Amino acid sequence: MALQSLDVLRRSASPTAAPEARTPGEVAKLIDVTTCIGCKACQVACSEWNDLRAEVGTCVGVYDNPTDLSSEAWTVMRFSEVEENGKLEWLIRKDGCMHCVDPGCLKACPSPGAIIQYKNGIVDFHQENCIGCGYCVSGCPFDIPRISPRDNKAYKCSLCSDRVAVGQEPACVKTCPTGAIQFGSKEAMIEAAAVRVTDLKSRGFDQAGLYDPQGVGGTHVMYVLHHADRPALYANLPKDPVISPTVRLWKGLLKPIAAFGIAAAVLAGFFHYVTVGPSRVEDEEKEGTL
Amino acid sequence: MKEKLIQRYTAAERANHWVVAGCFLLLAISGLGFFFPAFFWLTDLFGTPQLARILHPFVGVVMVLAFVRQFFRYWRHNLIDKEDVVWMKSLREVLKGNEAGDTGRYNAGQKGMFWLMTGCLVLLLCSGVIAWRPYFAIHFPIPVIRLALLVHSASAVALIVGIIVHVYAALWIKGTIRAMVEGVVSHAWARKHHPRWYRDVIGKR
Repeated sequence: MALQSLDVLRRSASPTAAPEARTPGEVAKLIDVTTCIGCKACQVACSEWNDLRAEVGTCVGVYDNPTDLSSEAWTVMRFSEVEENGKLEWLIRKDGCMHCVDPGCLKACPSPGAIIQYKNGIVDFHQENCIGCGYCVSGCPFDIPRISPRDNKAYKCSLCSDRVAVGQEPACVKTCPTGAIQFGSKEAMIEAAAVRVTDLKSRGFDQAGLYDPQGVGGTHVMYVLHHADRPALYANLPKDPVISPTVRLWKGLLKPIAAFGIAAAVLAGFFHYVTVGPSRVEDEEKEGTL
Repeated sequence: MKEKLIQRYTAAERANHWVVAGCFLLLAISGLGFFFPAFFWLTDLFGTPQLARILHPFVGVVMVLAFVRQFFRYWRHNLIDKEDVVWMKSLREVLKGNEAGDTGRYNAGQKGMFWLMTGCLVLLLCSGVIAWRPYFAIHFPIPVIRLALLVHSASAVALIVGIIVHVYAALWIKGTIRAMVEGVVSHAWARKHHPRWYRDVIGKR
C-alpha cells in the first residue's frame, strides 16, 4: 500500500533494497512550543482528517485530554506547570511521532513492509502488514506507537503521509491558529527555527533552541523550546534519545551470532555423520568388541 | 534367537516427549520467522503471520507445562556425578563412537542438555510472558519488555542449537530413536551406552 508517489528509503524486516529510484527532499514539521496556546485544534484536526475518535475522557485535574496517546489519538497536548526564575511557566507540548531519521520502531519491526520510511523522512505504519507483536513499542525511544485494543495493530501519527503525497501540509499544521506548527523542507524548518530562537534569546530565554536530537539521526518533527537545555521540563521529552542498546543488541549482534550458531550445529552434525559414521552397537557385538 | 528388549520409556513418557517436541517445532518455526526477516515467510505456515504471533505464546505455555512433567520425571537421573567427569574428559573418544565412564541412565552430555533445556525454558517462559501481547506486556515498563525480548531471542537460539545437537545425537546413535518411539532398547545398546543403568535394570529382574 506504499504511496506510489512517495519513494521508500527503508522498509521494515526487508533485507533487500526498497524501491528508491527517485530522490525527493526531506520534509519536516516544526512545532514552536513557545507560540502554542494549547487550544488542541491540532488534536481535533488529526482526529478529523484521520477519521479517528478517541473515547471522550474525564477531567483529571489538568488540561490533558486524552491523557495519553492511543490508537485513536495520534497526537496529544501535554501540559506541564514549572517554576522558572520565580515565575510559573505553563509549557505545552504537542506530543506525537517524531519521525526519526533512524527509527527504532522500524529497526525492531519483524514484519516486512509493516513500517515504511519514505525518502521524504515520514515514517509510516502500514497496518495491513502489522502482526501486533508490539516490537515497535519497544523500539521507539519516545514511547509513541500504541496497539489498538480493537484489532491488535500498531498506530501512530503518519505525518499525514496521504496529504503530503499530494502536496498538502499535515492536518495539524493546516489548522493551527497561531502558526505554532509549520511544515516545509527540513532545511526551511531549521531556518525558521533559527529565527524564532534568536527572537526568544533576545527576550530573555538564553537557553532557547531547536530540538532535533542527533542520537536518532535527527527527527522530521522538531520543537522550538524556550529551555532547550532541559527538554525534560516538557512532559519528560528525552534529552538525548537513542535506540536502546538492548534493542540494538537484539536486532544487531544477536542475529549473526544466532545464524552462525545454528549453521555450525547443523554442519558439525552433518560432517560428523559422514566422517565418523553412525554408531551401531549391533555391529560391534558381532565383531566381538563388546 | 530373538533377544528380549529392555523398556526404557513408558508410553506416557513417550507421549510426553513428543508433545514437547511438537510444540518446540512449532515454536522454533514461528520464532525464527519473527527473528530473521529473511525467514519471515515461515510464519505463513500458520495461516497468516498474525496467527503465528497469536498462537506462538499459547503453544509455548503447552510446551512448558509438558516439560515441567518431564522435569519431575527425570531430574534425579540428571544430577552430575563422578562418572560424568570421566565421560566429559573423554569427549573426543566418545565422539568417535567409543563410550567412556560407568554411565547411568543418562551420560554427561544428556545431563547437560537436560539442564540447558530447563534453564532456557525458565528464561523463555518469564521473558515470553513479559512480552506477551495483548495480555501481559501492557503491565510491564518498556525497558523491561526490551530486556525480555533480548533474553527471549537469545535463550531461544541457545535452545535451538541445543536441540539440533540433541536430535543429531539420537540419529547418530542407532537404536536411540526406537527408545523414544517404541520405548525399548536392545541389551547391547544399554550395555554400551548406559552400563550402570543396564546393571540396575537387570539386577531388578
